[in-house]
Amino acid sequence: MRDAFVGVLTELAPQHPELLFLSGDLGFGVLNDFIARFPRQFLNVGVAEQNMSGLAAGLAMEGHTVFTYSIGNFPTLRCLEQIRNDICYHGANVKIVCVGGGMSYGSVGFSHHATEDLAILRCLPNMLVLSPCDLWEAAEAARYLLSHRGPAYLRLDKSAAPTTVRPGETFRPGSIRTVREGSDVTLAATGGVLAEALLAADALAERGTFCRVLSVHTIKPLDAATLAAAASETGGMISIEEHAVDGGLGGAIAEALMEAGAFPGFFVRMGLRNTFSSVIGSQKYLRTVYSLDAASIARTVSAKLGIDAEILS
Amino acid sequence: MNAQTTNGTRALAKRIRTHVLQMTSIGGGSHVGAIFSCADIFAVLYGGILNVDPAAPESPDRDRFVLSKGHAGGGLYAALAERGFFPIEKLLTHYQDGSDLSGHVSHKLPGVDVSTGALGHGLSIAAGMAYAGKLRDAGHRVFSLLSDGECDEGSTWEAILFAAHHQLSNLVAIVDYNRIQGIAPIADVLELEPFADKWTAFGWAVREVDGHDHEALHRALSSVPFVDGKPSCLIAHTTKGKGVSFMENTVLWHYRIPRGAEFDAALAELESQS
Repeated sequence: MRDAFVGVLTELAPQHPELLFLSGDLGFGVLNDFIARFPRQFLNVGVAEQNMSGLAAGLAMEGHTVFTYSIGNFPTLRCLEQIRNDICYHGANVKIVCVGGGMSYGSVGFSHHATEDLAILRCLPNMLVLSPCDLWEAAEAARYLLSHRGPAYLRLDKSAAPTTVRPGETFRPGSIRTVREGSDVTLAATGGVLAEALLAADALAERGTFCRVLSVHTIKPLDAATLAAAASETGGMISIEEHAVDGGLGGAIAEALMEAGAFPGFFVRMGLRNTFSSVIGSQKYLRTVYSLDAASIARTVSAKLGIDAEILS
Repeated sequence: MNAQTTNGTRALAKRIRTHVLQMTSIGGGSHVGAIFSCADIFAVLYGGILNVDPAAPESPDRDRFVLSKGHAGGGLYAALAERGFFPIEKLLTHYQDGSDLSGHVSHKLPGVDVSTGALGHGLSIAAGMAYAGKLRDAGHRVFSLLSDGECDEGSTWEAILFAAHHQLSNLVAIVDYNRIQGIAPIADVLELEPFADKWTAFGWAVREVDGHDHEALHRALSSVPFVDGKPSCLIAHTTKGKGVSFMENTVLWHYRIPRGAEFDAALAELESQS
C-alpha cells in the first residue's frame, strides 16, 4: 500500500505544485524517486513529529497541501495535540499518513503497532479517516486526498487484500464497498485484514453459508445507510479490524446502528480486546494469535449461526 | 525609530494594560500578570513593527504574528482593537458567555493568525509559515511571542532546531523572559540559563533587551534578521505583572482576578503612569 500511495503522489506532484511531503525521517529507499524528482516538494523534518505536525499546520495556512508521513503511532499519537489544536481546529489542509497500520510491523514489536489510531483520530472534529483494504483503494484514497480540502488521516497497511474492484467502479470516500454479496451474515472489515474475511467467506460459502463482505475504507464519515441495510438484510454483523475493539471500526458501527435503530440479529466485534499485541511474530502469525485470521472469523460465524465449527483448520 | 514612535507605543502599552485590567476583572479571566509582562512587546509590535492592515487582515503580504503564549490572548485582543481590527467595546465581552474572545487566543477574530493555548505549539506553526514564505521568496516576516515557561516543552526545541537548519531568517522568536512560570519561579523548576547561549548554540542569532524599554525593543525588532541566514531570537527581560506594583514578580498574579479594592488600586497606578 505504501508503494501505491507514494506512486500516486509521484505521478501527481507536477500537477500539484502546492503539495509538500513531510517525512519524520522515515521512508528509506521508497521515497528516493519522489525526492529526486521533486526536491522542493519534499522535506525530511527529522525525528520530531510534534514539530512536523505544527509545521504542517503553518504550511497549510499558507496554502500548501501537506502530507505528514511516518510509521505506526509516530505521526498520530506522538503529536496528537498538534493534530487536534493546530491542524483540526484550524481546518488546516494536512493529510496525516501512517505506514504500518494495525500489526503490519509484526515482529518489530508493539511500539510499532498502530492499534488505537482509528478510535483516537475519528473523534477529532473535521477529520476524515481513511483505511483502505487493498492496493486499488490505497491508490484511490491517495488520489482523492490531493483534491480534498481539510484534515485527513490515511492508514496504510503493509498487507493488502486481493483487489476486488469492478470494471468502471469509482472510489467514493464516505461510502462502504460491498465486495461480496450474501445474506447470512455481514463481515465488515477495514484494512488489509479484509483478506481474512474473504478467505473465511470462501470457506463458509462451500458449506452453504453466504457472507456479505464490506470494505469500510472510510471510518469517518461512516456510511451508516449501508451498515443499517446490512444489519436488516443479513443474519448478523461482525466487525473485523487490526485495532482495539474499543472505539475503532466495531465501536463506530455499534454507534451508527444504534442511532439508526437498525439492530442486527447478533453483533460481534473482532479485534484486540483490552490487550497489547505483545506476542512476537509476523502480521500473519499475530492474526492467528489475536483471533483475526480466516479460521477464527469462520469459527465465529459458525458459532453464531449454530453450524459446523470445523470449517477451517 | 523616533521619540514620537516610542511615545505612541508607550501610550498604547498603557491602554493595553488598562483594557486588560478591565477585561480580566469583568470577565473573571486570569493571567493578568503574564499579559502585563508582555504588554510593552505587544505595543511595540502593533505600534510600528508589524506590517499589518486592519482593512486587509488576511493580506498575503502582511507580517504574521503567532502568539505562542496563548494565555496572553487578552493583551493581543487589546492591541488589535486599538489598531482597529475590531471595536474596542468588544473587549469587554472577554471571557463571557457567548463571546468571541476566549481566554486563550482565538483565530476566529480578525487579525489573529493562529489559536494557541497549549504551550510549545506556536513556534512550529510560525516556522511552517516562515518556510512557506521562503519557498515563494515572499518578503513578509513571521514573529512569534513565547513564554519562558514553554521553553520547558521539547516541541519548542524541535522547532528551534528546524528553523536554524533551514536558515529561516524571516522568523523572529521573542521570549517574554519574566522568570516566573505557572506555579513557581523558573529557577526552582527547570533552570533555563544560560538561556541566550542555548539559542546561540542551536544556531540562532540572539539579542537580549529590556522588555519594557520601548526604544530598545523597537531598535532590536527593526533590525531583524540580526544576522543574515539565521532566525532571530530576542530575549526580552521582563517583569511579571509589570505596571502594577503589587502584581509585579509574584506567581499569585498569574491567576488572580483583579476586583474590588485591588482593581481600584491597580487602575490608579496605571493611570498615574505617563
